Amino acid sequence: MASQAHHGTSASALDVHPFWGKLSWDAFPFHEPIVLVTFIGVVLGGLALVGALTYFRLWGYLWKNWFTSIDHKKIGIMYMILGLVMLLRGFADALLMRGHQALAASGGEGYLNAHHYDQIFTAHGVIMIFFVAMPFVTGFMNYVMPLQIGARDVAFPFLNNFSFWLTVSGAILIMVSLFVGEFSTAGWLAYAPFSGLEFSPSVGMDYYLWALNIAGIGTTLSGINLVVTIVKMRAPGMDYMKMPVFVWTTLCTNVLIVATFPVLAATLALLTADRYLGTHFFTNDLGGSPMMYVNLIWIWGHPEVYILVLPVFGIFSEIVPTFTGKRLFGYASMVYATCVIMVLSYIVWLHHFFTMGAGANVNAFFGITTMIISIPTGAKMFNWLFTMYKGRVRFDVPMLWVMGFMITFVIGGMTGVLLAVPPADYVLHNSLFLIAHFHNVIIGGVVFGIFAGIVYWWPKAFGFSLDPFWGKVSFWCWIIGFYLAFMPLYVLGLMGVTRRLSQFEDTFYSIYFIVALVGALFIAAGIGAFIVQIVVSVMRRKELADETGDPWGGRTLEWATSSPPPYYNFAFSPKVHEIDAFTHMKREGYTRPTDGFMPIHMPHYTATGVVLAGLLTVMGFALIWHIWWLAAASFAAALIYGIGHTFNYNRDYYIPAAEVREIENQRTQQLAKAAD
Amino acid sequence: MSDHAKGGHGSLKSYVVGFVLSVILTVIPFWVVMGEPFDSKGLAVAVIFILGGTQMMVHIHYFLHVTIKAEEGWQAMSIGLTILLLVIIMSGSIWVMFNLQENMMPAHEQIERVRNLP
Repeated sequence: MASQAHHGTSASALDVHPFWGKLSWDAFPFHEPIVLVTFIGVVLGGLALVGALTYFRLWGYLWKNWFTSIDHKKIGIMYMILGLVMLLRGFADALLMRGHQALAASGGEGYLNAHHYDQIFTAHGVIMIFFVAMPFVTGFMNYVMPLQIGARDVAFPFLNNFSFWLTVSGAILIMVSLFVGEFSTAGWLAYAPFSGLEFSPSVGMDYYLWALNIAGIGTTLSGINLVVTIVKMRAPGMDYMKMPVFVWTTLCTNVLIVATFPVLAATLALLTADRYLGTHFFTNDLGGSPMMYVNLIWIWGHPEVYILVLPVFGIFSEIVPTFTGKRLFGYASMVYATCVIMVLSYIVWLHHFFTMGAGANVNAFFGITTMIISIPTGAKMFNWLFTMYKGRVRFDVPMLWVMGFMITFVIGGMTGVLLAVPPADYVLHNSLFLIAHFHNVIIGGVVFGIFAGIVYWWPKAFGFSLDPFWGKVSFWCWIIGFYLAFMPLYVLGLMGVTRRLSQFEDTFYSIYFIVALVGALFIAAGIGAFIVQIVVSVMRRKELADETGDPWGGRTLEWATSSPPPYYNFAFSPKVHEIDAFTHMKREGYTRPTDGFMPIHMPHYTATGVVLAGLLTVMGFALIWHIWWLAAASFAAALIYGIGHTFNYNRDYYIPAAEVREIENQRTQQLAKAAD
Repeated sequence: MSDHAKGGHGSLKSYVVGFVLSVILTVIPFWVVMGEPFDSKGLAVAVIFILGGTQMMVHIHYFLHVTIKAEEGWQAMSIGLTILLLVIIMSGSIWVMFNLQENMMPAHEQIERVRNLP
C-alpha cells in the first residue's frame, strides 16, 4: 500500500506541465480499491441525479428560483441543504475511522493505511466545522433573523447570495480532493511546520488552503451583511433590549466573525505564501516560527467555537419559552452573558497549547480566563432551567433536543473546565479525552441545537410540520449513540491513548473502541431516521400542514407571517412594543391589515454570485495543481465580471400593490379556514 | 444615496494628503531598517511600531472616512472594538511568543546562559 499511498505526490514542483500543471493520470485513484469504488459510486449517483434533474426539467427551475435567488429565506434553506449534504460526507469519514480503529485495536490491521487514515481524520474535522456546522448556523441566521426583526431581507441581498456560493466553492474543492489527488494529512488546523512544503509536498495541503481561503471570504462577507442588517433594519420600536435573544446571539456571532475571520485569512495567506512563494513565516529556517502559526490560528480558532455555539444558544432561548408558555427568565442577563462570552472568547486562545512551553504566568492567565468563561455559560443554563421551572412544559421534539442538550452540554462543559487547569491539561492534552470533550460540546451543543432548530422552524419554512414519531426516533438514536460513542473515549483518554492513532499494539483497548463503534452506528441510525422523517413528512404534508403560520404558539415576529412567508416577508413593517413582540400582538388582539397595501421595493435576482464563485472555484483548482495560465485566466475573468456587475443599474423593482393584496387576501382566506 | 452623502466621500485634496502621509510614514521605517540610524534595535522596533500605528490612523481617517460622530456613534463604537481586538491580538501574541522564547530556547543556548550567570 505504501507505494500507492502517495498518489498525486509523484509530480514534484520541478516537472510542472505547462498546460496541465501537476495534474496527471496518477492523480486519479485507480490503485486504491476503497477510493475507486467510492469514486465509481459517486460518479454513477451524480449522473443519476443530473439525469433525473434533466428528465424532470428542473434545471431551469433550480437556476431561476434558487441558485440565482437573493431572497434570504431561500439562501438560508440552501445553506441548510449544503450542511446536510456535507454532514453525510463528514459522518461517512467518522464511520470509517470508528470501524478502522475498532478493527485495529482488536489485533487486526484495519482497512485504512496510515496515510489514508490521516487524510480521513483531517477531512472529517475540516468538513464538520467549516462545511457542516458553519453552513447550518449561517443558514439559521439567514433564514430566521430578518424575520424576527421584521425586515424584508438582509442589508446586502446580492452579497448574501455571493457569500453562500463562496462557501459552496470551498465545499466543492474539498469534495474534488477525494478523487483528484488527495487531501491534507495535517489535521483540521494544519499545524506548521508539518503543513509546510518540506513535510507536506502534496496537493492535499493546497486543497485545504484554497478551500478555506475561498470559503473564509464568503463567511466574512456574510458576517458583515448580518451585522449591518441587525443594526440598520430592525422594525420600528425594536430597541436593542427588545430584540429576540436569537437576534442578539446572531449579532454577537457575526461581530465575532467579522473580527476573527480576517485573522484566519491572514494566517492561511502567510502559510500559502510559505508554500507558493518560498517565504519562511512558519518554517524552522530563516527566522520563521511554527509556534507563531499555532498562536495565530487559535486566535481565530477559539472565537470560532463560540461562533458555532452562540447562535445555537439563541435557538434554545427561542424554543424554551415557546414550549414552556412563559417569557424567558432573565432576558437581560441572557443578553449580557452573550456579550461577555463574545469578549472573553478572545482572551482564552492559549488554552489550546498550554503544553507548547509558555511559562507558568502565561498558562495561569489563560487557564483562569478559560474558567471564567464558564460562568456566563452557566448563567444561561440556569436561565433556561428557571424558564422551565413551574411552567407547562410541552415535550415536543424541539424540546426533547433542548433537554438532551442541557444534560449533555453540562457534562462537556465540566470536562472543559477540567482541561482548563494547565497541570491537568499536561496529562490530557492530545489524548482521546480531549476528543471526547469537544465532541461532547459540539454534538451535545451545536448539533443538538441544529436539529432542535430544524424541527422548530421547519413548519415556518415549508408550511408543514415534521413527523414527530421519526423525530423522536432520531433524537433517541442520537443521544444514545452519542453517549456510547464518546464516553469510552473519555476513559481511553484517561488511560493515555492519544488522538489520531491508526494502529494499536495492545488489544486491551479493543472493547472500548467496539462500544464506540456501536455508538457511531446508533448515530448513523439517528441521521437515517432524520432523513426518513423528512421523507415521511413530505409525503404526509397535507395532514401536517400549518395553516395558521403559528404552529407552536410562538412568541417572536417570524410566527406573525404565513408559513412559508411571502417573499416580501411582511406587507407592513410590524410595530414592536415588547420583547416577545408576537405574544404582545396576540394579547392585545392585533388584527391583520387587509387593505391599504403599498408597492414593495425589492431587489432583482442575479446570477453574478454563482458565476463569480464558479470562476473562483476554477481558480482555486488551478492554483492547487499549479496550472498557472488557468488560474490567471479565471481570476481575470472573475475580476472583469465583478466590475461589470457594478455597472448593472437594473437591480430593483416594485411589487405592485395589487399583487401584495392578492397574496394577503389568500392569507386571509387561509386563516379563516384554519379558524373553522 | 442620502445615507452615503452624510458619511462623506472625501475630496481629491483629502485623498492626496492621505496618500502623501502614507508614503512618508512608509519611507521612514524603511530608512530605519536599511540606513540603521539607531544603535539600539529596540528603539528601531519602537519607531516602526509607532509609525505603523499612525499610518493605520491615517488610512482610517483619510481613506475610510471614519469620524467619531458619524452614524450616531456607531463608527466610533466599531473603531473602539477594532482597537480593543488589535490590542488583545498584538499584545497577547507578543507576550505569548516572548514567553515561549524565554522558555523554549534551544538547550545549548540555555546552557550558555546558565554558564554566563554571574
